[in-house]
Amino acid sequence: MASVEEASRPFAGLSDVSISEEIPVEGDIAVPVGPSTRDDEFSTLDEPVKETIVRDLRAVGNKFIHVLYPKRSSALLRDWDLWGPLLLCVTLALLLQGGAADKDDQGGPQFAEVFVIIWFGSIVITLNSKLLGGTISFFQSLCVLGYCIMPLTVALIVCRIVLLSSSGKVSFAVRLGVVTASFGWSTFASTAFLADSHLTNRKALVVYPVFLFYFVIGWMILTFSSGN
Amino acid sequence: MATPNDLQFQEFEEAADLLSADPGAPTLSMSASNDPTTTAGAPAAGEDVKLDLSEDEAAQEESSELLGGQKSAGGFWTFEYYQSLFNVDTVQVLDRVKGSLMPLPGRNFVKHYLRNNPDLYGPFWICVTLVFSVAISGNLSTFLSSLGDPSYHYRPQFHRVTIAAVVIFLYAWLVPIGLWAFLTWRQGAERQVGGYSFLETVCVYGYSLFIYIPTSILWIISYEWLRWTLIVVAMVISGSVLVLTFWPVVRDDTRVTAVATVVTIVVLHTLLAIGCKLYFFQTAEHTPPAATKAPPIHPTPGGAY
Repeated sequence: MASVEEASRPFAGLSDVSISEEIPVEGDIAVPVGPSTRDDEFSTLDEPVKETIVRDLRAVGNKFIHVLYPKRSSALLRDWDLWGPLLLCVTLALLLQGGAADKDDQGGPQFAEVFVIIWFGSIVITLNSKLLGGTISFFQSLCVLGYCIMPLTVALIVCRIVLLSSSGKVSFAVRLGVVTASFGWSTFASTAFLADSHLTNRKALVVYPVFLFYFVIGWMILTFSSGN
Repeated sequence: MATPNDLQFQEFEEAADLLSADPGAPTLSMSASNDPTTTAGAPAAGEDVKLDLSEDEAAQEESSELLGGQKSAGGFWTFEYYQSLFNVDTVQVLDRVKGSLMPLPGRNFVKHYLRNNPDLYGPFWICVTLVFSVAISGNLSTFLSSLGDPSYHYRPQFHRVTIAAVVIFLYAWLVPIGLWAFLTWRQGAERQVGGYSFLETVCVYGYSLFIYIPTSILWIISYEWLRWTLIVVAMVISGSVLVLTFWPVVRDDTRVTAVATVVTIVVLHTLLAIGCKLYFFQTAEHTPPAATKAPPIHPTPGGAY
């Protein structure tokens, strides 16, 4: 009976080991508590709205700077967002309004036409580049194409300012120069990001639609003539 | 005395053409001696030629690979199917464009340039470029022709892009559908050999429109005789691309049908060219047919049109 009892007790074999009563067993059990703000770093629910907006704006502004100085960085590709393209597209479409004879259909492009051309054109170019075997993802490509419209938007602002002053041959020459320069800049900036993801023997096939896209936008900007 | 060891596999140009027309055809080949299944036990001189009907599938796969044909993968609802339609390099696209600019009587565009690899890149982007070049050049020519007119106020006429897009895309996609359907129906009814697939028809039509891009840019120069010369040259070139492509398919049919088909192709092509010219490139005497509220201010110098 005693052996069964002994066997059923845990550490039964240690019952004959004596621990002296004079040595107290004491110690500390300390559980390391991590920094209490660890969770807060990943959860942005509690931050003020201003901070959220400023962070997004900073990301958008960062990408604008990347377009201004296009180098082979992957910041545009990695953290894509479509805020910048939307902002640029709406600005462009709004600024192209108020043109000559807006009321009838002889005038410049309507707001919806500009919107459709930019977004539908970007989607078609992205599909084209993916069908040709590109490694860039759909939204990354949309992001790049949209951000690279920025030089053309700047050119449109300059054109409208120039048109405020005069509307003759000199202003046309100035506008032509500005639009051509910004069109070249846009194409160069976007191909710096897009052409890397393709085989060398298809680069021209991918670059040509981008060239056509910015050419059409440049044409829309150049032919903008202010209403009387 | 010829032994099976001396037999060489020869590929003839016609065989390649016939195979490209119908890759499913059984082939007759003289197999080399390192193929034990066909030459094992073959007597010396009498039976050098073996009919490879038993190895049909292997031979067909091999011949289609030899011809470089990329068979479309998957159904038309998958992405890979469309990716196989864009399987061209820059050099190939430029080559096809050159072929559409210089049609020679011996060269069938489909057989010589497409070679079982039709692509959709060329037709689509040529159509888009043509839409914008026609609209922009038309706008420029209207502007230049009324340059001396003080009452003329420049207008971008952006609605022309929409109209040009509708017309050109309808032409480049609906006419091939109709033509292909007609040819397939005749092929089923008659004993024609080798029609074209739908994609090849679309491809030919797309590439044949390329000549109109430089033509439309040259139309900015506003001399009527120059414009008519250019349009005749362009129509001859691109019409002959189409005729040379479709004549071999149609000529086996009855005379009337063949001639009618070819004439229809040419007539539709002509209508497109002349229609574009008349609508987009009007001279200063004509007012643009848009619904303007104000009557035209400038006097019409040339008299009635």
